[in-house]
Amino acid sequence: MHPENQHSVAGGALPHPSDGYVAPHSHGPDEVPHTHPDPGVDPHEPLNSGPRALRVGIGGPVGSGKTALVAALCRALGDEMRLAVVTNDIYTTEDADFLLRNGVLPADRVRAVETGCCPHTAIRDDISANLDAVEDLEAALGPLDLVLVESGGDNLTATFSKGLIDQQIFVVDVAGGDKVPRKGGPGVTTADLLVINKTDLAPMVGADLSVMDHDAKARRGDLPTVFLSLVEDRTATPVADWIRGLVAARVPAA
Amino acid sequence: MSLASLLVLADGRLPSGGHAHSGGLEAQVSAGRVRDLDAVAGFLRGKLATAGLVAAAFAAASCARPGEWASLDQGLDSRTPSPALRKASRAQGRALLRAARAMWSLPPVGRDLHQPVALGVVAHAGGLGPEEAAVAAAHGTTSGAASAAVRLLGLDPYAVHGLLARLTADCDRIAADAAARAESPVDDLPAAGAPLLDIGAELHATWEVRLFAS
Amino acid sequence: MRARSRVAAESDGRGGTRLAVLRSESPLLLRRTGPHTVHLVGGGAGPLRGDDLRLDISVAPGAALEILSVAAQLALPGQAHLPQSRLEIHATVASGGTLRWWPEPMIAAAGCNHLTVTRVDVAEGGSLLWRDDLVCGRHGEDSGDVRTDTTIRYAGSTLYRHELSVGPHAPGWSGAAVLGDGRAIGTLISAPGAFPATAGPGDFAVMPLAGPGMLATAVAPDIRAVQAALDPLGKPTATLTH
Repeated sequence: MHPENQHSVAGGALPHPSDGYVAPHSHGPDEVPHTHPDPGVDPHEPLNSGPRALRVGIGGPVGSGKTALVAALCRALGDEMRLAVVTNDIYTTEDADFLLRNGVLPADRVRAVETGCCPHTAIRDDISANLDAVEDLEAALGPLDLVLVESGGDNLTATFSKGLIDQQIFVVDVAGGDKVPRKGGPGVTTADLLVINKTDLAPMVGADLSVMDHDAKARRGDLPTVFLSLVEDRTATPVADWIRGLVAARVPAA
Repeated sequence: MSLASLLVLADGRLPSGGHAHSGGLEAQVSAGRVRDLDAVAGFLRGKLATAGLVAAAFAAASCARPGEWASLDQGLDSRTPSPALRKASRAQGRALLRAARAMWSLPPVGRDLHQPVALGVVAHAGGLGPEEAAVAAAHGTTSGAASAAVRLLGLDPYAVHGLLARLTADCDRIAADAAARAESPVDDLPAAGAPLLDIGAELHATWEVRLFAS
Repeated sequence: MRARSRVAAESDGRGGTRLAVLRSESPLLLRRTGPHTVHLVGGGAGPLRGDDLRLDISVAPGAALEILSVAAQLALPGQAHLPQSRLEIHATVASGGTLRWWPEPMIAAAGCNHLTVTRVDVAEGGSLLWRDDLVCGRHGEDSGDVRTDTTIRYAGSTLYRHELSVGPHAPGWSGAAVLGDGRAIGTLISAPGAFPATAGPGDFAVMPLAGPGMLATAVAPDIRAVQAALDPLGKPTATLTH
């Protein structure tokens, strides 16, 4: 018996695929020599091109409902598009386990990334572990339409690198106080979609949704904001519709 | 050789995945062996003399003969009995190659080399020599764990950097030795092992809750 | 002291093993104690500084050999002006051959300076169990300097390459990366791999190597805990029981 079979580790002939890595594809750009990049040119692939999946980042403070939103989106979109999820919870498998427990996505469509106490680093400053996870999902599952990258809970300044995602959603909740949109910060101000979650709690915490709406508009200009209660809308309809629009715009009708 | 290139390569802010790894420290913190600065010092000294020495030797050798990346990579496989450590090393090698492709022109190599082999190949592509590759490797084996110590134990970051400063002479000596042996056959390169790093990595990989990937 | 000892096992053509060579010099004395078994019976305390010992082992196709020892080896200081003591073990195992190396521990007495070099080459289809235990100092004693340098090759490729340095001249050896408070370490290599991967309890792991083999390692405050972890993995195989 070959011990590799028990532990799925690299071994044998070189070059090795990484542990657990399945490589049915060639990765041409990785394997050929190339010239020094022009310092004026963004080395990342241009958005909305090529066959790869749309990548949507979901960030926001601890407890604002990111994982619940991901679960709702999986429920809404899992049957209509090829979907996978990368989670960055600091407790490794916790968010992935939540998704699995709720039965919204099979285990092979969820990857957890450890962030070494630095959730914002993993989505912004050093995105390598997340890129590896996205690539590994695509290698294992074949072409995908949508990859959701869920950040670990962080603060109002945490945003995703454009090298990792195409569009980002920032999730805040009314229980965090109706002042949050007014405080701004890069997440609230620049996210492609702001989700104000847990509107069902507004009466209980004395949050004024019209104030939040007004402040969000002031901060965000034309960028969209949606109000959401996942208790009342288990498929996060406005967010799912927003994503459907992005995916449709990206993939030319066959 | 460009000193500035060496600084770019050895900068902790290089987006090459290091922040997610504790260099084995998280396992030893959890085991109760590392609670204070003295224990971090002992951990770093032992790690530098073992994993650091091996990483420096393989970085130097890969920089001197990047065409032999495959046999050097296999050499590190035989020196890394822990599957969790092999996985962590390859993940960091892959991340380093990803970052380096945007910096310098890399030769065709495997996608996820062991980190020290990747480092040597990248250093060569950046115009650096074996000794520079080795010093970056030796320093890297301690700086990542030192940063993790600050995050895991809440230690005084100045005191932890004081430890790193006191290890620089050892890093330099290890790098010089590594460069002198950069042309040695793979089996003759250093193989200093650290049993608790191996065992700790295996235990760590079984945890359901952890902050670092390794 | 200088010693050159050698044992060569080959098939007797009837399903058994005969020792084509069994030659030994003090203090590396070898005694046949069973159909497949040879004991290192030692010859006084040692190794000491200045000792230069070499043991050659070969196992031919179809042969099975087990090497045990009657007592721990105690590495001692000897005279300070002499070079470090050195024990080299060279073993080859042919396809269809089986070697089980299972000696008592080496103990690094305070002040010793010893090197053990192990080179094992197993052909594809050969089978190896290789056990090494090291105790850092006698009871209540500081450790001397011991370095072990091990290469195990299987089917023409290096399967396991490992060095371990303990003692006052090994930087950080008692830090949390190397042995911590552990004063005993045991390793067991199996090639090809013969036991399932596991980790814990305690500082114990069984690891699948990158090639066809396994390493079991245990670190503990004393040798008994190491033996408790590793001994169950090394029950003599059917070919070696008699």
